[in-house]
Amino acid sequence: MTQPASRPRVALFVTCLVDMQRPSVGFAAIKLLEAAGCDVEVPRAQTCCGQPAYNSGDRATAADLARGIVEAFSGYDYVVVPSGSCGGMLNSHMPHLFDNDPNMKARAQALADKTFELMSFLVDERGMTEFGAQFDGSVTYHDSCAGLRELDVKTQPRELLANVEGLSLVEMKEPEICCGFGGTFCVKYPDISTRMVSDKVADIVSTGAGTLLAGDMGCLLNMAGRLQREGHGVKVRHIAEVLAGMTGELPAIGEGSAS
Amino acid sequence: MSRDAIFSAIRRGLRRGELPADQTLGLYARLNAHPRHLIPARSRLPHPQQVDLFLRNLEKEFGTYNRVMRARDVPAAIADYLASQNLPTEMAIAPHPELRAIDWSSRPMITLREGRAEASDLVAVQHGYAAIAETGTLMLPASPQRPTTLNLLCDTEIVVLRASRVVGAMEEAWDMLRYEREGMVAGNFLPRNVMFVTGPSRSADIESTLELGAHGPRRLHVVLIDDTAG
Amino acid sequence: MQINSPNFKARSTAEIANTGLQKALVRTRPRFPAARAAAVEKLPEFEQLRDIGRDIKNHTLANLDFYLETWERNVLNAGGHVHWASTAEDARKIVLDICQRVGAKTVTKGKSMISEELSINEHLEKHGITPVETDLGEYILQIRKEAPSHIIAPAFHLNREDWEESFRKVHTDLPADRTFNERRDILIEARTRLREKFLAADVGITGANFLIAETGSNVIVTNEGNGDLTQTLPKVHIVLASIEKVVPTLEDACNMLRLLARSATGQDMSVYTTFSTGARRPGDLDGPEEYHVVVVDNGRSAMIGTEFQEMLRCIRCAACMNHCPVYQTVGGHSYGWVYPGPMGSVLTPSLIGVDKAGHLPNASTFCGKCESVCPVKIPLPKLMRHWREREFERHLQPMGVRTNLALWAFVAKRPGLYRLATRIAAKGLALLAGRKGRFSSLPFAGGWTKGRELPAPEGDTFFARYAKQQRGEA
Repeated sequence: MTQPASRPRVALFVTCLVDMQRPSVGFAAIKLLEAAGCDVEVPRAQTCCGQPAYNSGDRATAADLARGIVEAFSGYDYVVVPSGSCGGMLNSHMPHLFDNDPNMKARAQALADKTFELMSFLVDERGMTEFGAQFDGSVTYHDSCAGLRELDVKTQPRELLANVEGLSLVEMKEPEICCGFGGTFCVKYPDISTRMVSDKVADIVSTGAGTLLAGDMGCLLNMAGRLQREGHGVKVRHIAEVLAGMTGELPAIGEGSAS
Repeated sequence: MSRDAIFSAIRRGLRRGELPADQTLGLYARLNAHPRHLIPARSRLPHPQQVDLFLRNLEKEFGTYNRVMRARDVPAAIADYLASQNLPTEMAIAPHPELRAIDWSSRPMITLREGRAEASDLVAVQHGYAAIAETGTLMLPASPQRPTTLNLLCDTEIVVLRASRVVGAMEEAWDMLRYEREGMVAGNFLPRNVMFVTGPSRSADIESTLELGAHGPRRLHVVLIDDTAG
Repeated sequence: MQINSPNFKARSTAEIANTGLQKALVRTRPRFPAARAAAVEKLPEFEQLRDIGRDIKNHTLANLDFYLETWERNVLNAGGHVHWASTAEDARKIVLDICQRVGAKTVTKGKSMISEELSINEHLEKHGITPVETDLGEYILQIRKEAPSHIIAPAFHLNREDWEESFRKVHTDLPADRTFNERRDILIEARTRLREKFLAADVGITGANFLIAETGSNVIVTNEGNGDLTQTLPKVHIVLASIEKVVPTLEDACNMLRLLARSATGQDMSVYTTFSTGARRPGDLDGPEEYHVVVVDNGRSAMIGTEFQEMLRCIRCAACMNHCPVYQTVGGHSYGWVYPGPMGSVLTPSLIGVDKAGHLPNASTFCGKCESVCPVKIPLPKLMRHWREREFERHLQPMGVRTNLALWAFVAKRPGLYRLATRIAAKGLALLAGRKGRFSSLPFAGGWTKGRELPAPEGDTFFARYAKQQRGEA
């Protein structure tokens, strides 16, 4: 493993779901970024990327939140997000919130240009191929939509997983089909969402893999929740947990401390 | 009334009045030049390979063919095809000079009736104007010599086509038609109807599964005359 | 067509429980995407063709008045007639007038979504004229009095037994021993019945996939040949076309045709692509004696100059619905009007009002698959989001949704308060879940827990733990 010479200052955009639901993913991200030769900081002023407002049609609130993000994150070399969805918000959508404000738009665009989803940052920007992690078992990997289609996250996680000792990846039949989470969609249209995630679960289960991985907490919570409701024993984790070697002490999503 | 309302609504949306003359001239120039866009590389081949590509694509689309060396071999090829499919030998045939020039008497079993197709006809013989290698498509412009109903009403359509009329891409087929119908009213060089036919009629409306012979012909057979050889 | 879009939620729930539909969806779901992918793989230039297709449509829309006028002039030169209809009512009247003038008793119809939009059939029937749908799928739907559930595969939701049942009901002269064990039997029955209708019809009505300004032509694309029989055999051919169908030249049409069939069914080319220009010419042995085009606006011109103008690039290939995980779960009837799936979720609110069609742009996960396969690169998720913005501006969302959003926004804009609120929630939920680590039900989370367990938070929030770590406490 070669470490690039310079140590860039990387700001971690934690995301709401990691903050509240799964802090360990944030710590895993820090560990991976440091291993990739970065100095990591976590700006205190961050809250949410604004997607709930943006996708509910409330552009004004989304723009207000975006201003705060631009303020808090512009001073770093990179912004890294352990989520394709929130990463896509910062990278692909935020500048368009300021289509009528050229000055703000330029600043948002500058920020967008240095914002990356975690896996693609590690592989494409830092040239990482492995982290010396070990994981005994078979996994399957779900491509979360925004990461896949907005940020081209497809090969990078697989490249990194290929170098995890003891891990074997079994692809599901349709890894690119949406799991049915969709932010507020899953609670606004629960019947449709449940049907979609049930199809996803059938695809996951038929791989025979013991663990499901993905790079977005929203999709992971959705798929974990349905797997558990249907009584399947498949463990669900964020890919960063595996790469950071955290799976030993950390129960899988929705598994609690009882084991 | 509606016409004015529609045009003013369009212009309102475009935030302008009628186009100024200089812009209109630019648009007329584009129409007159009718520039080609990207033509896929798959049909950019020497002519003999374009003919092969046409036949391959025709077969892929469930069409069939015979190749013959001369026009006078056409009746035998058709008779053989009909016999192989166990089809009747009465046919409606396009009143086209090229088909008339063929000596059909060598096959006395074949009965031809010139004209459009009628509901009772089972086999049609059509004159192929051109063919497009890119997709295995026949180009069949309507004319008094090439009635449209021959493409549609019969269970079996046989198209007699000269190999020299196979082109690579759709654009080349249009150019052929434009060139040969020069002198027609400007902008209306097209006949009433031009059909691009790619294989026999089909439908997947029943349980999303393909069945041939929906409303049009169930069989499409091309007799290709190799007029380019030698 | 009657508008049922406000009931999207209830309709989709019913369709998820509809075993016939679900059987059809499972059968059809993999086919269109696999066929498209195979066709695209064999054409390395496909991505460039998409860009060109988008540019051709954008150029045309920016000069739509010019191209429509040019097209109209060329139709007239070719001896055709052009009728302009601002509204559905205008269009219905024009069509009826033509049919009545020629004393039409029966009218055959090629498959046309705009005809559904205009409710042409109901109008003709009301005035004693019998419309006959001739596309196989549309024919069975007309018998069953159902609407199409897909814009190119209108009856994909039916199973073989549905076809048989409907035929036995209306084709009352069927011999008792007639069987319908094979799809072929169904096809032959329909073909035979419809052949009589084609030959008897006085007027044929088709849609238009494209209008070509340069030549004054309309183009229809079919696989069955029903559209061609419809427009060739009767004395009168009426084309129904909306204003955005026009493209400048035959060369432009070539590019669109390279996109259309591949995006729709995965064919390189549909079986019949027919360019019609005016009526029968001197010496012609067949073809209609009159050629009419009814050009329909019905709400489209109002989209020009708005963020929804991009939707007018749509060529109705259905790739978006074929690849949409929501459509593939709920089927086309859930959407409650003519156009289902992602393209409908953008177009329908424009045509019938977002107050009636508000659910449609909301019922999307924004997975982005539709945009990635659209042959003219319409940013469908972005346009659905614009509809959500219109709804938000007009206060059309339920009060509860707005209140929750406002409350959340208030907190999210204040990092200190946010830290506190998330910490209370995270720790509280973790405590409440206990060692099980998840909830099977939870007040206020019924939408989630109806079909899923809710994983509990790990414990304290990231920010709390990180601060401790920074202080050297962790």
